[in-house]
Amino acid sequence: MKEEFNIISNLIEKNTRVLDVGCGNGDLMKFLQENKTKDIRGLEISKEKVQNCLSKGLTVIEGNAESDLKQFPKSSFDYVILSQTLQAFLNPELVINELLKVGKKVIVTIPNFGYWRVRLQLLFKGTMPVTENLPHEWYNTPNLHMCTIKDFYNFCSTKNIKIYKSIALKKSRISEINKSNLNYKNLDSHLGIFLIES
Amino acid sequence: MNKNIDTKKIIISNPLKLDCGKEINNFPIAYETYGELNSGKSNAILVFHALTGDQYVSGKNPITNKDGWWSYVVGENKPIDTNKFFVICANVIGGCMGSYGPSTINESTGKQIGTDFPIITINDMVNAQYELIKYLEIEKLFAVVGGSMGGMQVLQFVANFPDKAKLAIPIACTSSHSAQNIAFNELGRQAIMADTKWENGFYSNYKLNPDKGLAVARMAAHITYLSEKGLQEKFGRKLQDRDSLRYGFEADFQIESYLRYQGSVFVDRFDANSYLYITRAMDYFDLSKQYKGNLSDAFKKTKTKFFVISFTSDWLYPTSENREIVIALNSIGADVGFVEIESDKGHDSFLLDVPSFLKTLGDYINSTYKIINERRI
Repeated sequence: MKEEFNIISNLIEKNTRVLDVGCGNGDLMKFLQENKTKDIRGLEISKEKVQNCLSKGLTVIEGNAESDLKQFPKSSFDYVILSQTLQAFLNPELVINELLKVGKKVIVTIPNFGYWRVRLQLLFKGTMPVTENLPHEWYNTPNLHMCTIKDFYNFCSTKNIKIYKSIALKKSRISEINKSNLNYKNLDSHLGIFLIES
Repeated sequence: MNKNIDTKKIIISNPLKLDCGKEINNFPIAYETYGELNSGKSNAILVFHALTGDQYVSGKNPITNKDGWWSYVVGENKPIDTNKFFVICANVIGGCMGSYGPSTINESTGKQIGTDFPIITINDMVNAQYELIKYLEIEKLFAVVGGSMGGMQVLQFVANFPDKAKLAIPIACTSSHSAQNIAFNELGRQAIMADTKWENGFYSNYKLNPDKGLAVARMAAHITYLSEKGLQEKFGRKLQDRDSLRYGFEADFQIESYLRYQGSVFVDRFDANSYLYITRAMDYFDLSKQYKGNLSDAFKKTKTKFFVISFTSDWLYPTSENREIVIALNSIGADVGFVEIESDKGHDSFLLDVPSFLKTLGDYINSTYKIINERRI
């Protein structure tokens, strides 16, 4: 978690306007508030988590990214963050489009379904993968649309979404993803972090 | 009902131009305060009351001898902690707890003003209360807070005085009174005016009181403050002090007895004409119309932080209407938080012991107070 927060924080310029979509209990918001910018908002679907955020004095709105991002004007945030949530939406493509409208830049992090530990579970055990990063069983997972680093990379190029920076994370090892190492990073990383722009 | 109420009061000498076109001056505003204003005058919270509320937010209400209407929220060690905050609440104009209203005695005639009282609006109420803030010499409030009609006043206050509050918390309210809201208010008014003792609003001249009409108004309104589930769980079809139906029109059911009781205690503390005037003010409330149909424009000039709260079972001021306020604020990039609190206590939730509401509200106010103060240092 800490590494992901650091990477996201390093992608953000100081004193900019940030929206954290699916902000959970506000841990990333708090981290960014202390390190980068005071001007940060959150959107979260769980009432309980919204209440936790508000209790900490964080500005958070209870709402659903799939329907409630529309209310923000175009380019009203310098950065919109979607941390490990994309796979939980009914329509990830629609959400990405909404994020790209609301934010001048968008940071998306993806739990990589192409990570070798994940692949091995399906290959050898023949069961849906359960890992530290993807702790749910197939019957109770909120993750509807799992994808791999390579999937998202290809998605961006198909949809003409500009990738500013793509970073792979394995435990606490950070490396850049590019076209030539894509297959390897897709196998060897548990998390992908993308800075994109429409 | 203005029966020699010994209350804190100031006389506003500045003329106040009302929305109806009339002008009032030298009129009283009754108010109460709790806690102490700090030396930097940075801890003041103005609470706005709802339709039948008054200035007695916390502690014992000296008129009814009951707890103040927001005792769950305001008081020592409560979510709005009076050990820390200086809380101000004024009786709205049009009210009957000492502020200028239809039961105020006209000194030249020695009689109550009655329906000669001008029609007032939420805007007028807020402008009158701003005079109190000036009198108390508070340059900037830490927060303005209120539920229901109090929430409408919060919205109007920030629109009128964009740099006078750091934080605004409108709760269970709307930016524009809906047809359903107007319909229920009209039902209440018609009940009062249909009472033969109303006498076109001059009942006090005849030592009369349209208490039957006012009680019916209160009973009807009270239903709208609850939820179907809440009513069913609390009362169901339980009978009142009897084992079987009596085949008559007495209060067989507990819910009937409960409503009759609510009506009867209400008439002892509330003035029928005030009920007419204040419900009218609510009906006339349409903040977006004041800004040519664009609610966002009401908040364009303000840097005030907003926290909007609604309740799942509130069908009188439903979440969708509260969300419209959030959407209007978001569309201009204002600083707004929002949560819908789970409760089956209906619109009344904001007045009752709803732990997740009280906790969220208290934590939010306290951490925001801390953040804002730290920022200044």
